[in-house]
Amino acid sequence: MKTLTFSGGVHPPDFKGATETERIKVISPNAGDEFTYPMSQHIGAPCAPVVKKGDDVAVGQKIGEAVGLISAPVHSSVSGVVKSISDVITPTGVKSQAIVIECDGENREHQSLNNGRGFEGASRAELVEIIKEAGVVGLGGAGFPAHVKLNPPADKRIDTIILNAAECEPYLTTDYRVLLEETDVLIEGLRILLTMHTDARGVIAVEDNKRDAIELIKGKIKDEPRMTVAALKTKYPQGAEKQLIYACAGREVPSGKLPMDVRCIVHNADTVIAVQRAVVRGRPLMRRIVTLSGGAIKNPGNYKVRIGMKLADLVNLTGGLRSEPRKIISGGPMMGAALFSMDVPIIKTSSAFLFFTEEEAKLPEERPCIRCARCVERCPMKLYPFELNQYAVRGEYELFKKRNGEDCIECGVCSYVCPAKRHLAQSIRSARGDSLRRK
Amino acid sequence: MGKLVVTSTPHIRSEETTKGIMLDVLVALAPAAFMGVLRFGFRSAAVIAVCLASCAAAEFLFEKITKKPVTTGDLSALVTGLLLAMNLPPGVPLWVPAVGGFFAIIIVKQLFGGLGQNFMNPALAARAFLQASYPDKMSAWLLPGKGAFLADAVSGATPLSTLKYNAEGFYPQAGDYMDALFGRIGGSIGETCSLALIFGGAYLLLRRVITWRIPVAYIATFMALSGVLGRDGLFTGYPVYETLLGGVMLGAFFMATDYSSSPVSNGGKIIMGIGCGVLTFIIRRFGGYPEGVCYAILIMNLFTPIIDRFSRPRVFGTGKGGFADV
Repeated sequence: MKTLTFSGGVHPPDFKGATETERIKVISPNAGDEFTYPMSQHIGAPCAPVVKKGDDVAVGQKIGEAVGLISAPVHSSVSGVVKSISDVITPTGVKSQAIVIECDGENREHQSLNNGRGFEGASRAELVEIIKEAGVVGLGGAGFPAHVKLNPPADKRIDTIILNAAECEPYLTTDYRVLLEETDVLIEGLRILLTMHTDARGVIAVEDNKRDAIELIKGKIKDEPRMTVAALKTKYPQGAEKQLIYACAGREVPSGKLPMDVRCIVHNADTVIAVQRAVVRGRPLMRRIVTLSGGAIKNPGNYKVRIGMKLADLVNLTGGLRSEPRKIISGGPMMGAALFSMDVPIIKTSSAFLFFTEEEAKLPEERPCIRCARCVERCPMKLYPFELNQYAVRGEYELFKKRNGEDCIECGVCSYVCPAKRHLAQSIRSARGDSLRRK
Repeated sequence: MGKLVVTSTPHIRSEETTKGIMLDVLVALAPAAFMGVLRFGFRSAAVIAVCLASCAAAEFLFEKITKKPVTTGDLSALVTGLLLAMNLPPGVPLWVPAVGGFFAIIIVKQLFGGLGQNFMNPALAARAFLQASYPDKMSAWLLPGKGAFLADAVSGATPLSTLKYNAEGFYPQAGDYMDALFGRIGGSIGETCSLALIFGGAYLLLRRVITWRIPVAYIATFMALSGVLGRDGLFTGYPVYETLLGGVMLGAFFMATDYSSSPVSNGGKIIMGIGCGVLTFIIRRFGGYPEGVCYAILIMNLFTPIIDRFSRPRVFGTGKGGFADV
């Protein structure tokens, strides 16, 4: 089979060994645990709370209502009582209003749950409404509301829906476990997306280091004429949206445009499962799969966790820490955010938490650029990171913009390969943020 | 729980370091340096030692005096020193390499901003400076003692000057090729044993310190030109022999690939290699010197900013074509 890829990228050690053979374990909440639901768990406008302090809530009850076009509602993942509504810091570093619910451990389900339906013959509008009401957002990390992506303007025809299971970040293995353990749900989810876009073919994109998953899915989609599996070269950032579309469909998303502009939709594997659960089983997004890994965690593995659970509680329920972590990362080591404490809730976009020991957290000292051009050779966007770094450091924003600094996808490849250990990605991201905000 | 470290992404870095790269270059040069000592005697070992010491001392002193962080630990000054030694004749008086080392580090490297900022290869610029300042000292060529170890090197002409000035009736034989491969010829300390340089170049490629583009484009261009435009007319050249002589191998693998003074894009590197090949050929054939590598690379160093400017790859997503009917 032909292996698909893009130009550039790197091969960091994958560190997946600790978790890739671990079956997904379900973590059940305990009575008395506090669950925290930030109103901003997605890209777009934060939700407005629709419950108040003292309210009794059930599993699956909507507690935050979407506000505006790009937003997604939030549901309670436990039954219990609203203890407070106050500001918290989310794992992505955003300050957000949050609803805190004390779990009563009874798992009483809300009456709106389980009114699932068949999707054959359903219109796109009906399905979009269900997915929207279920609060489904991109679970790969960005958290863009799924119903918005799935419902492009009428003039944008979609011919390719890519199910992103590349999972190119080191340490992370949730997509891989989902491919192996929830194969049928995944395929049914993709079938739903294809029902919404009748001209589209579905491509399940997997890196070729997951041979067993590729073979398993191939066998299962034998009778699905509209689905194929794309074996991608194992390389970081193979799962980056633009690079993935290029690998699977041979199209470049033009600078400043969206995948739908080249007739593509990309969804993460776990997102597609959330879509299936919303449509077929009538269950809103209440849980997600999280990789816990790194040298300081006792039992690395993949855990099915109710959204809203505190990270500290999750760590305790999985057996605790092996040693004191020096750094905790929400997400993968290339693009994830470092946390200030374990006092954060698991949110919709929490794909992983990595607990680094002193040794793993060590970062080398920055030295002068030697112009070795490794960053130029490896940049998946074909930028000159060493040069953008100079513009960023000197505050030369005109040049930064002229040299396409705004096209950076912040994948971190440049910093990773730099032998002088320069903070290329960091400086470019910061300048890029400033540059985009000035618009 | 103790304080957590919070830093920006990415949270992991490759193992490669500046010092590691410099060490790789030193290792790659070691066989050629060893052969230089073997062929030309301990005299050349002294030249190498003076070059290394003067470069390291110049960097240390300059940074101390200007109150900058001392960077001799990154080994880059030693790389410059060893490269300079490779480019000097074995019989040169020992004060000459000392002057060269200080010139390379202070004038060419530090005054322009230090590591990564020099617009010319410091070792080559120093060699050119010495050549212009002390032409007699810089042609102290020795012939390696035939078969003997270290001992009886005598002064004599290099094969390149033979080719240039006394080529009448000369056709390189199998033995001449072997002499050039194994360094049984006159020349600079580090340029005569082509085999050792090829090993060193292969090591640099294998370790990914350099990419193939500059050396392959350089050598291929030079071979093509010297084969087609032979010294006695069309297709009368000895492309392989000419490539094994002088500093072509040393230049292609070790000098033209200097990071700071060569282009950064893949396309730019090919242009750099082709330019070096063309200029080396022109200088050797038509210039006043029998050898052209040093000036060819220095001239291309000056073109590097222009090449960089015009060899940028197209940024992803900025194509004109795109999607016909979108």
